[in-house]
Amino acid sequence: MSSSKALVRQFLSDHFLLDAEAQRYADSDSFMARHLLDSMGFMELVAFLEEQFGIQVEDGEIVPANLDSLDAIDAFVTRKRSA
Amino acid sequence: MSHALLTPFFAQADAQPQRIALVIDGQRLSYATLRDRSIGFAKHLHAAGVAPGDRVALLLDNSEALVIGLLAVQAAGAVAMALHPLTRAEKLAGILQRTDAKALLTHQAFAPAWRDALARSPACFGWVEGLGHAEHNLHTWPTADELEKAVADRTMAIAMTSAEGEDALAFISHTSGTSGVPKGVMLSQRNLRWACDVVADYLGLHAEDRIGCALPLSFNYGLTHLFMALARGATLVLDRGFMFPAAVIDGWKKESVTMAPLVPTSLGMLLRHANFNAQNLPALRSVSNAAAALPAVFQEALAQRFPDMRLFSMYGQTECTRISFLPPEELAAHPRSVGRGLAGQTHWLEDEHGQRLSLGSSGQLLVCGPHVMLGYWGDAEETVRKISIDPLTNARTLRTGDLFRSELSGHLHFVARSDDIIKTRGEKVSPREVEDALLRLAGVRECAVIGIDDTLTGQAVHAFVVADPSAGLSERQVVRHCLSFLESYMAPKSVSFVDALPKTDTGKVLTRSLRAALP
Repeated sequence: MSSSKALVRQFLSDHFLLDAEAQRYADSDSFMARHLLDSMGFMELVAFLEEQFGIQVEDGEIVPANLDSLDAIDAFVTRKRSA
Repeated sequence: MSHALLTPFFAQADAQPQRIALVIDGQRLSYATLRDRSIGFAKHLHAAGVAPGDRVALLLDNSEALVIGLLAVQAAGAVAMALHPLTRAEKLAGILQRTDAKALLTHQAFAPAWRDALARSPACFGWVEGLGHAEHNLHTWPTADELEKAVADRTMAIAMTSAEGEDALAFISHTSGTSGVPKGVMLSQRNLRWACDVVADYLGLHAEDRIGCALPLSFNYGLTHLFMALARGATLVLDRGFMFPAAVIDGWKKESVTMAPLVPTSLGMLLRHANFNAQNLPALRSVSNAAAALPAVFQEALAQRFPDMRLFSMYGQTECTRISFLPPEELAAHPRSVGRGLAGQTHWLEDEHGQRLSLGSSGQLLVCGPHVMLGYWGDAEETVRKISIDPLTNARTLRTGDLFRSELSGHLHFVARSDDIIKTRGEKVSPREVEDALLRLAGVRECAVIGIDDTLTGQAVHAFVVADPSAGLSERQVVRHCLSFLESYMAPKSVSFVDALPKTDTGKVLTRSLRAALP
């Protein structure tokens, strides 16, 4: 289990104040389908990832394939850090 | 059989069956397919007992299901109530109960909201997209095949017309009000049809247009674009929202979107992306803005990115759908105006004594026209406060509750709301509704909610809380509590804990003093 997933899970729970019910999501669950984040939420998530992992997220990278689940974020962050 | 909103759509389907009506989630639905699936679903609704005039709620994201659901409810002669996807269980339960809803069309993803709400409304049954197996009072969503089979089945009839014809109730649009309980705006077929025709005319909407709509269809601003597109043979390119602006921009490029309804927050998000520009989106010729005033910096940035863009600044209320638009050619001369009303409506300003004012004054805006709502569902008192009906002509006049200034030219300028509704991200937030939610948190003795200016969202919701010291409440706890009851945009962005709320002699909270005390 990568630590980036744990960190992001913690951030989502803390920053968006998810209740116990909302916190029960799988690493592969779509944030959009679960309505965990709205448009402002994704912007704040990007800001967090940039700060936390020292990466620069380009406009075109703000897409579901990179950000819509813990698994997607983990793969994206790993890719960006090794680039 | 005729229906003010469906008849033009069906005529387009007859004339150009293969024309694309809807693009959503990678699917392209032709006019004929959309018509057939909607009629098929209407037959399912009837078979299950939905009768003309029955209220049917829809809790769905922008999707094929939502579009078909809306059209099917109309085809069944029933009343559609499209709810914001972020609606929580308690609010949903209240709406189903107050409207005595017959059915709810929804998706498995919203189970936390509808399981609870349907349990409290046992007479209301559900159609749930994504539900694996039917349960008591819950149907699985019909497949495309099942819908197409239903269309062909002549033993299943639909009854889209009633004796009331165009004056039949077609929608109840719930909107936040100062009382804390959402108000159900009742709109007839004629109300919406008239507004859609006028708006489509001034936008210059024609069959070659491709409308990029990422606003929720539960919002009348979005909903009008569905019916306008279908009436004119245009294509609606639907997105769930602006969560991923790059994806929306790419989609608009691929689909050659020609016009887009926006609110300031959405435009702000699009402008942050470098490829939101005329080179990348050459087909995009007009955008409209509503729900809140467009900041001058956004207007300037838009003009820089799209030198030939036509921007329509507009103003309206759910209670009559639209009230005014500024023709783009007048933007340079009247940059902060929302225009001079709509063709076919009359409007004027009144002072606090109800006296009509001449041009060049400031006062409350009143509007009269065929688009003015029938009233608020189940709230005769509030209805009478908001609309008046001329005994001779039956014409309905709406008191907007908004303060405007008019130029001698007739150009209108929004000044302020006369109520305390907060507008954040283009959404209405009732301070009272937030306060009611706060008071349910153990340890909150008293509270007051106000809106404070915020560059990105227009206004931000701020709560003042007088807490029981022994409860040890934190800001985060307070916000989390609100999130469990309210749509996310309604939860306070920030909280101040105070020892007491400043009040008048009669016990009314002095929000002005609270506001002044903010750092």
